[in-house]
Amino acid sequence: MNGLLTTLVLLPLVGFFLNGLFGRRLGTGFVNVVGVGLPLAAFGVAVWAWTLLEAQGGAPIIETVFTWAVIGEHAFEVSFYLDRLSALMALVVTGVGAAIHIYSIGYMKDDASYARYFAYLNLFLFFMLLLVLGRSLLVLFVGWEGVGLASYLLIGFWFEDAAKARAGRKAFLTNRVGDAGFLLGMFLIFTAVGTLEMDLINQAFAGGLVPVGIATAAAILLFIGATGKSAQIPLHVWLPDAMAGPTPVSALIHAATMVTAGVYLIARLSGVYLEAPAASELIAVIGVLTAFLAATIALVQTDIKKVLAYSTISQLGFMFLALGVGAYGVAVFHLFTHAFFKAALFLGAGSVIHALGGEQDIRRMGGLRRRIPWTFVTFAVATAAIAGLPPLAGFFSKDAIIWYALVSGAGGAVWLWALASVTALLTAFYMFRLLWLVFLGRSRMEPEVEHHVHESPVSMTGVLVILAVFSVIAGWFAVPDYLEPLLPLPLVQPALEHLHLAQVLFAVLLAGLGLIGAAYLYREGGWRARQWQTRMQGMHQLLMRNYFVDELYDRALQRPWRWISDRVFLRLGDRILLDGSLHGLAALARQGAAWLGRVQTGSLHWYAWLTLLGLVGVLLWTWRHV
Amino acid sequence: MDDMAFLLAVSGLLFTLGLVGVIVRRNLLVMLMFLELMLNGVILSLVVFSHQLGSEAGGVLVFLVFVVAAAEIAIAVPILLLLVRLKRTLDPGAYAGLKG
Repeated sequence: MNGLLTTLVLLPLVGFFLNGLFGRRLGTGFVNVVGVGLPLAAFGVAVWAWTLLEAQGGAPIIETVFTWAVIGEHAFEVSFYLDRLSALMALVVTGVGAAIHIYSIGYMKDDASYARYFAYLNLFLFFMLLLVLGRSLLVLFVGWEGVGLASYLLIGFWFEDAAKARAGRKAFLTNRVGDAGFLLGMFLIFTAVGTLEMDLINQAFAGGLVPVGIATAAAILLFIGATGKSAQIPLHVWLPDAMAGPTPVSALIHAATMVTAGVYLIARLSGVYLEAPAASELIAVIGVLTAFLAATIALVQTDIKKVLAYSTISQLGFMFLALGVGAYGVAVFHLFTHAFFKAALFLGAGSVIHALGGEQDIRRMGGLRRRIPWTFVTFAVATAAIAGLPPLAGFFSKDAIIWYALVSGAGGAVWLWALASVTALLTAFYMFRLLWLVFLGRSRMEPEVEHHVHESPVSMTGVLVILAVFSVIAGWFAVPDYLEPLLPLPLVQPALEHLHLAQVLFAVLLAGLGLIGAAYLYREGGWRARQWQTRMQGMHQLLMRNYFVDELYDRALQRPWRWISDRVFLRLGDRILLDGSLHGLAALARQGAAWLGRVQTGSLHWYAWLTLLGLVGVLLWTWRHV
Repeated sequence: MDDMAFLLAVSGLLFTLGLVGVIVRRNLLVMLMFLELMLNGVILSLVVFSHQLGSEAGGVLVFLVFVVAAAEIAIAVPILLLLVRLKRTLDPGAYAGLKG
């Protein structure tokens, strides 16, 4: 049907305007109907569009909305493109998005800016759909910037708190660094192939018309953009701070959807990356390093949301590892399963925080298993899923990533596999540590807090149950095979083909080891963990402080830049050159006027003398020249 | 032609006399008279030149200037009167404060 994709994209935007303009006056009921109803409707439309897509066997649906600009022979159109990849993304975005909208009803119930919250959330959904469905890189970029804006608005949602407003700014600015790379990559691709439509770009690159050098440069530049949005080293620093926003926001934007935009971008432009093996190798290395380092940091964090934030960075690293070894479908598969279990984990964490009246420190939790059973069960399922226990979702996707890291004919290597495996072990360990410290063992809560612990309303637990169910079954959809026609899987090195079963068993063993390790260290009040902590004080500090990356950036970038801004731009440029020249001109005019003003004495004789003088001057001049 | 040169010389003389008078005299009323003298010098040269060109427009212009000069003096003298009422003196130096 014509106009279906446009409707899909515009539904949340309508929600944004209605809630933003009238939500405050018309009250909670109206906000709920609009803010939750429209995303649900969008989900319905997405399902409809998907069935249409499947009915025509996966041939892409293209819908042109309008021509944005015509420059010379190039026309820039706003058009939407639905193939299996973008359909999958749209389903995840609207599905998980709608679930989180429902959850927010309970979570944000008492907030003073309820309507504003839903308006922003709907705005985010609009831009995310624009990003996912845009056919041209230009439209994708508009969505890309838009989700950045929505993310900024929602991280700093409680902007009265200066630290939270600062976190929003940090996220925004860090993303700008990546966006510079994105833009340059876009320009380079446009000059190389003369179009920004992504399907045409892939065709042009696959045709081998573009030199490897340009392909590599463009691929790396776009990857820089992806590192910003998807929080990969070296631009990962904003995501942990982004946890300042409301927890459902962390679940939707900073776990399930927006941060995976970088993964989507690279999968979408896989044609470019297939032509740029060096860039792919870089992606694999950055991905695996990010996965590993973020996992080590997550081991020691004590804020429930920070653990999940570093876990998200780590899982995104896994996705980039898959992209780097050419297994694009597998990366999207992990994106798909991760959306469910990470959303479940974040929303579970939100439910815990809600139950404890705002407490986020896991050292002051414990023993919540019986008090909030629904949250516990769903959280445990999601934890098992992310840790990679079969047959839950994370097992299939993560195992596939680690497998391809070893055997891919497009850059698989033993060291990538080894580091990814260690990371998988760490993942299982820190997730079970979190589960243990929050829900099991004895209570370490303040008596006052403990007294008020209560299970969340059905609107929240219901969503948790749905997401937990998907955390179980999401891995059963063979997403890589489904996407195979679009994103072919890399060739497997034949010498290693027989190892697959061994690898699967090994992965399960690692997950189990993580579970047992966490149980061993943290049971009986966790005295063994404390012993380890005192023994490795230096290491602990290093991890607690995020490898001092923030300090490093402060020293190496912020301070010199501030110095330059202050001395060169403010004092020299602004005050001396700009202000100075203008003030100088003004002073000149004033001085000149004061000097000329002396002529006007008020004495008529003096004026007459001057007239005589002028007359003589004129006469002399005429005599000389005429 | 000699007549012309003579008349122009008279015109220049009148103007110079007027200017010198304005410069040297310290009486506002006298200075006004000298101003008129300067004006007449200029008008004389205007007449001479218009005659030389043979154009009637010059002659008409002369009468226009006469009218303007009469109007001007009709305003200048009352202003002078008012000033004198204020300070009881005709010395222009006393009114230097009027420069603004």
